[in-house]
Amino acid sequence: MAKPRVATTSLAGCFGCHMSLLDIDERILQLIELVDFDKSPIDDFKNFTGRCAVGLIEGGCCNEENVAVLRDFRAHCDVLISVGDCAIMGGIPALRNTIPLEECYREAYLEGPTVHNPAGRIPNDPELPLLLNKVYPCHEVVKVDYHLPGCPPLADTLWQALVALLNNQPLELPYELVKYD
Amino acid sequence: MKRVVIEPVTRVEGHGKVTILLDAQGCVQQARLHIVEFRGFERFVQGRPFWEVPVLVQRLCGICPVSHHLAAAKAMDRIVGGEKLTPTAEKIRRLMHYGQFFQSHALHFFHLCSPDLLFGFDADPATRNVVGVAGRYPDLAVQGVMMRKYGQEIILRTAGKKIHGTGAIPGGVNKNLSLTERDELLKDLEKNLVWSRKAVHIAKEYTVAHLEELTPFGSFDSNHLSIVRADGALELYDGNLRAITPGGDKIFDQVDCQNYFGYLREEVRSWSYMKFPFIKALGPADGWYRVGPLARLNTCDFIDTPEAEAARREFTAVTKGRPNNITMAYHWARMIELLHAIEKIAELLHDPDLQGTDLTVSGERRGETVGIIEAPRGTLIHHYRVDAQDQVTMANLIVSTTHNNEPMNRAVQRVAEQFLSGNEITEGLLNRVEVAIRAYDPCLSCATHALGRMPLVVELRDAAGHLIDQRGRGVSAAALAAADALRPAAP
Repeated sequence: MAKPRVATTSLAGCFGCHMSLLDIDERILQLIELVDFDKSPIDDFKNFTGRCAVGLIEGGCCNEENVAVLRDFRAHCDVLISVGDCAIMGGIPALRNTIPLEECYREAYLEGPTVHNPAGRIPNDPELPLLLNKVYPCHEVVKVDYHLPGCPPLADTLWQALVALLNNQPLELPYELVKYD
Repeated sequence: MKRVVIEPVTRVEGHGKVTILLDAQGCVQQARLHIVEFRGFERFVQGRPFWEVPVLVQRLCGICPVSHHLAAAKAMDRIVGGEKLTPTAEKIRRLMHYGQFFQSHALHFFHLCSPDLLFGFDADPATRNVVGVAGRYPDLAVQGVMMRKYGQEIILRTAGKKIHGTGAIPGGVNKNLSLTERDELLKDLEKNLVWSRKAVHIAKEYTVAHLEELTPFGSFDSNHLSIVRADGALELYDGNLRAITPGGDKIFDQVDCQNYFGYLREEVRSWSYMKFPFIKALGPADGWYRVGPLARLNTCDFIDTPEAEAARREFTAVTKGRPNNITMAYHWARMIELLHAIEKIAELLHDPDLQGTDLTVSGERRGETVGIIEAPRGTLIHHYRVDAQDQVTMANLIVSTTHNNEPMNRAVQRVAEQFLSGNEITEGLLNRVEVAIRAYDPCLSCATHALGRMPLVVELRDAAGHLIDQRGRGVSAAALAAADALRPAAP
């Protein structure tokens, strides 16, 4: 029987949740016995190759492309999991939600002490996705089935959740594996 | 007319996008690496209390959070007037930092890059990943995983958490290393030393065996920048700035990090959220430079640990003592640093200062501060101003991958010209573009601190600038107009 497929992506996050997944260490070898990886930054599948049992989303939505990728994940995954505080709450990137975008641009591209910008340029190119005015958590954009909190969630949290899901077991995390930092 | 997209660039940390313009003859006219995300750290750090910053800014990056944690902590040491730390505090931080180098370099080499080296650039993308490596070379894959684990364990013992720890605080650290923790780490030390020697050997054998094809691959002469110790030794935690020309002449040397501002500038270009740093005295056209393992091995005079120094001598022999400008030599240089890191870890674990109890210092308060560190990917600069109410009023961050923006773009251009011009574009040829980018181990999470993240897409356009194929997301005219509205009026 074909193994269930798992996809992962990082939206507006720091990749720390993917790093925490790698922190399952030698259990990675067990994991690849259990599942096949589909679209993910750690392999070379640029697009979904088929339907996935589980999609892991790190990071929230800070630009239009994040939204498109998230919707694509929802469309291809039976179970969608928000992994980490950015996906669940916007996290640190959402600190910009109280600040007008123009001020962020101004600081980075016009006023920083090492900026060399005689033309007063702000990056603006069809190749660059437009920023959203606010950073949104994933469940405000699509339906999300599970939330695994933490910045990042512990490797054991990710491991136990994945193994339970893939074995059709109820997801019951002990208290010490549920953390918000 | 045709357009090819690689989206996103994979097996790098973060996301990026490449666009390639072809003329009517199918020759590459322009190739660009776009950074497409922006997060706004420099603005939203303002107003936060300074003691919160070392914990906050490490969320720039989950791959090398320790680097941001320590660069910010070094800056905040000066705010509290405690730039000369106690021996325990400095050594705990150094141990944390070498642990970070060890895990990050192992991660990059084994998890992300080894498939290209082991299976070839044209291998089937379905197996060209760490799972494929585990299937064909299980011992090597396990070693890579266990080496990264060891680095992460060191970070856990010194910072309290493997990712986004809290070990460093302004003026010192919040814990020492207990004897129990030390003994735990000592158990796996020897094994990791052996594996590190083997990793250097693999990288060296690969580079030397393929020297003829690797030498021109995405390569070019460049300036190089890093910090070095006062005696010219490789230094990763605390030193002075040195920059050299492609031939090895010094552009500047032993510049106090607090004065970085007099030497470096960053150019803004419209097509990337990531700025383009350059050496001020040379200007934007000639002043760009490389950072990271290759640059560090080029700028330093020697390495102060014996095995890494021997490895460095073998490395410099290839270019007869002159700076090495071969892009693909980054991998070999990275493994030499991995060996240096484990030698330093061994030294530190045997140092009784790590069990000291004098953890913090303070002194006369300052309002402005710079913290510079060598992160695994290169020189990392954090610059802050703090007001009398303890709030940050200015933050300027030049992260490692940003320094390499121009070189990565040049590597993309070179490889595109070398392999795509006039050819049928195959997956394997496109992977070469990614191989050149991966050599820099770019951390696109860090690089997009200004606004974001970086999906790597390769696009081809025809001579008239029309997209030949549409796979990426489009940006509507209305959205562009909205972006235009954000543009501040010219001063």
